[in-house]
Amino acid sequence: MLRQRTHVTSRCGRVMDRRRSSEPRRQDRVTVDNNNMGLLSDPNRRRALLGLLTRLNAPICVVCYMAGVAWFMGLAFEPFTLRTYMSENAMGSTMVEERFPAGERALATGREFAAHKKKTGGMPVDWLVRTMQARGLEVFTQSFSRTLPFPDENKERYMVKGTNVYGILRAPRAPRTEALVLSAPCNPGDENNQAVGLLLGLAQYFRNQIFLAKDVIFLVNEHDLIGMQAWLEGYHHTNTTGMDWSPLQGRGGSIQAALSLELSSDIITSLDLVLEGLNGQLPNLDLANLFYAFCQKIGVLCTIQGKLQRNDWDSVSGYSHAVQTMMLMVMKQASGRPWGDHGLFLRYHIEAATIKGINSFRQYKTDATTIGRLLEGMYRKLNNLLERLHQSYFFYLMPSLSHFVSIGYYMPAFGLLAVILLLRALDLWVQLMTPPPRTEDGVIDIEQSSPGVLSVLTPLVISHLTGVALYMLPVRFQEMAVEHFPVSETEAVVLTAIAVYTAGLALPHNTHRLLAGEGTEQGWRVLKLVAVLYLAVLLGCTALINFSLGFILALTLVPVAAFVTPHVPKVLSAFILVILSPACTLLFSVFFFQELQEMPVSFQDGWVLYLSVISQGILDHVLYGSLVYPLIALLVYPCWLLFWNILFWK
Amino acid sequence: MEMLTLLCLFSTYLLASSINIEENAGQFFSSGHTNNWAVLVCTSRFWFNYRHVANTLSVYRSVKRLGIPDSHIVLMLADDMACNHRNPKPATVFSHKNMELNVYGDDVEVDYRGYEVTVENFLRVLTGRLPPSTPRSKRLLSDDRSNILIYLTGHGGNGFLKFQDSEEISNVELADAFEQMWQKRRYNELLFIIDTCQGASMYERFYSPNLMALASSQVGEDSLSHQPDLAIGVHLMDRYTFYLLEFLEDIHPASKTNMNDLFKVCPKSHCVSTPGHRTDLFLRDPGSVLVTDFFGSVRKVELTMETINLTGHIKQWEESAADGEPRKETYSYSDQLPVSEIIHQKPKQKDWHPPDGFILGLWTLILLVFFKTYGIKHLKHIF
Repeated sequence: MLRQRTHVTSRCGRVMDRRRSSEPRRQDRVTVDNNNMGLLSDPNRRRALLGLLTRLNAPICVVCYMAGVAWFMGLAFEPFTLRTYMSENAMGSTMVEERFPAGERALATGREFAAHKKKTGGMPVDWLVRTMQARGLEVFTQSFSRTLPFPDENKERYMVKGTNVYGILRAPRAPRTEALVLSAPCNPGDENNQAVGLLLGLAQYFRNQIFLAKDVIFLVNEHDLIGMQAWLEGYHHTNTTGMDWSPLQGRGGSIQAALSLELSSDIITSLDLVLEGLNGQLPNLDLANLFYAFCQKIGVLCTIQGKLQRNDWDSVSGYSHAVQTMMLMVMKQASGRPWGDHGLFLRYHIEAATIKGINSFRQYKTDATTIGRLLEGMYRKLNNLLERLHQSYFFYLMPSLSHFVSIGYYMPAFGLLAVILLLRALDLWVQLMTPPPRTEDGVIDIEQSSPGVLSVLTPLVISHLTGVALYMLPVRFQEMAVEHFPVSETEAVVLTAIAVYTAGLALPHNTHRLLAGEGTEQGWRVLKLVAVLYLAVLLGCTALINFSLGFILALTLVPVAAFVTPHVPKVLSAFILVILSPACTLLFSVFFFQELQEMPVSFQDGWVLYLSVISQGILDHVLYGSLVYPLIALLVYPCWLLFWNILFWK
Repeated sequence: MEMLTLLCLFSTYLLASSINIEENAGQFFSSGHTNNWAVLVCTSRFWFNYRHVANTLSVYRSVKRLGIPDSHIVLMLADDMACNHRNPKPATVFSHKNMELNVYGDDVEVDYRGYEVTVENFLRVLTGRLPPSTPRSKRLLSDDRSNILIYLTGHGGNGFLKFQDSEEISNVELADAFEQMWQKRRYNELLFIIDTCQGASMYERFYSPNLMALASSQVGEDSLSHQPDLAIGVHLMDRYTFYLLEFLEDIHPASKTNMNDLFKVCPKSHCVSTPGHRTDLFLRDPGSVLVTDFFGSVRKVELTMETINLTGHIKQWEESAADGEPRKETYSYSDQLPVSEIIHQKPKQKDWHPPDGFILGLWTLILLVFFKTYGIKHLKHIF
């Protein structure tokens, strides 16, 4: 650049000298300047670079794909991960004294709760109100009702009516501007009684402590997430899903952090931390750090994804254990559903996690007093917070509870996959720009052979209409389906979805011919260019919000996008394309997930599970506003259909 | 006859004692100061910085015990730990574990609190440039006969000390403030103590005379906390100030402990960091400076029945005090030290570097050779 500038000025100097006489020379100068305009604007060098990229396009793509996958698998390797550490100064170390003594009494309260639950046949609202009031809390109730779009067969509910009970423990000496939440769901059957007992025990204990600087809200919610949704919407005066609930009579300050407790046995062997929330949102890593630090201090076994961490990272089994743990997290995050009652808090920017007590056949047992002490320690540290938890990471993967991979480390894995799309797009662009017979007046040739807008627009519109149908029809037409076929509503919805999906494969290909006539070579190239760029933008945005979902989709869709042309063997390619379609990805994911959880299922059971996963996905969208179903139906599926269209281009 | 001799003896005794007192009068003014002031600053707020408030309060406790009245102490606390909502023991600030020592005491007079503790206010207090409406309790009303103790604690780094998460004071600003104090004749001698990470960086820019400085750690070192207390849930003190407090607890107004003992407080084995001190700006020998010259307000009192003529005593005192280095020009406030030389020190000589003209010439040569060889037309080949 320096040289070039020097040269130009020196030329200018000379031109200035001869200004009067050198009109032709000046023109000469202009052409010289044009030839020296840097790397990409220099036609020769640009051509060389493009030639290199086009010639080596396929190998580079393959290498990128391999590197992306290898990078991702390397994330679980311990030397490549970081040890977790507490970033929040205000919470600092675990330096508090845990003195919660009343584990046994809490269990007794839990048994009493169970008895009243059985007697009432649901949530014992009156008993809870009385008990909380006796512990000195300000007690309020909230009733809510919700009719599901179709019956939820997993949890056997359709018309849901329930009541949330919550008690607010006011901070004794502080302004009531901030709050912490401890919640325990009131589950049907014999589940979770101990959690409610412990919650009430902690309420009683905290009542006598004067160090609380934030309100503590003790919440017992009915119908798990639906109740939680109603309560959170009531608390924040929002209504995003059209649910009926009575407004809250009492509020605390803005909620800083929340823990949801699930405990179904008197003694436990380990505590499991669940982080994945709605749409793959995660709480700040400091919350996980806090939990881990206190588990270490008090001596409780703690797990994430139900997996203990192992010390033998250098052995093959140790590494595969870490991979399994991380893959479980990726799968759960990609599903976009809340994996515990805490999941909906994250939408309101409240850091929240679920703590699950697990009682397995291990010898080492932990009693309720110890869990109470752990919770006391965590709440006392959360109480010390001065701002929201924000010092640590919000985007991370955890191969074990003591190690994490931050966004800076895992994003390149996705980036390597996304680069393939851009390389393919570049390749197509070059092919479109350089017609084979290169003549002087090639411009006119290109214009003649360039496809009309319609031939690209038609498949685009049709595939998106199919997507809209996939999004709208299943829920809209369930009654009609139930009338005509001997199936239940839930089955009707799922099967309609699958039917629309399959119909989409048959419908749109070759539709462009209706309007634009015969498809051309240039036509499919333009369409593929559009589709590849569309996919790149789509996956890029998805990966920014929910890395796991973006990565899994990229893993399957990028090869499709890379290799599909009308000239590959039709049957084989069609088969591969279907295998790599979003629906089949979901099917494989279901099996893979079961495999990871060490609960492998037969194909029959897996299919049933697959159907229920689809219905749950639709329900999550309608009930809580999960975005995975609309994303797949409205954007990813139409994008995939474009590639299907290209394969059958004529 | 007996009576006469008795009278004679008595008179000689009286004469002798009066002469003795007149001779010793010099040592009454050995330190050259007539009043003591203290500015104690805690610059950090928030509950987890409990220890900084406890640090400051423990120094406050010591100077007050040793006789500096509240009217001569400017206490700046950025947060109120005693009444913090998270304090399980309200109205106390402990310096020792297990609630052994409550440094909050009964009568703490905080002059600047909360958001009043700013760099601006601190510098204004030091330099005396306060608005006229400022009450006397918030002013440092020192003169050229004042010994001032300045104690700072908080979070710092290399060359700065943070005030309340929002601003910081640099070591240069601090050094300039002290110079301004010197020029405005606001102190006789000044003892500066800082307990913060890389504390030694805060005093390395000082250039005004009669300054002695101590810091809890060297540049590149962290100052560490001490006394973790599970019941209160925070660290109660920082290591350096903790051992400083232990040291000061043994001092009483008449004790002869000198500055050299103070420098030995908190050796590396206790502190983990390396405490530092700086005495090159101080004119007296630290061994002859009593700790109570700064931490206490000690007046020597000797009862005598005699009238002592002090008009000619200045000379005497100078002679008596001249055991160390000659104390020339102690009274004069101008050019006591070659200040200008210190300020205008040359920057450190860097590693050898070719002169700028050489590099320019080299480039010209390269370009010339290039154009000679290839000519301008072939320039495109290199891109």
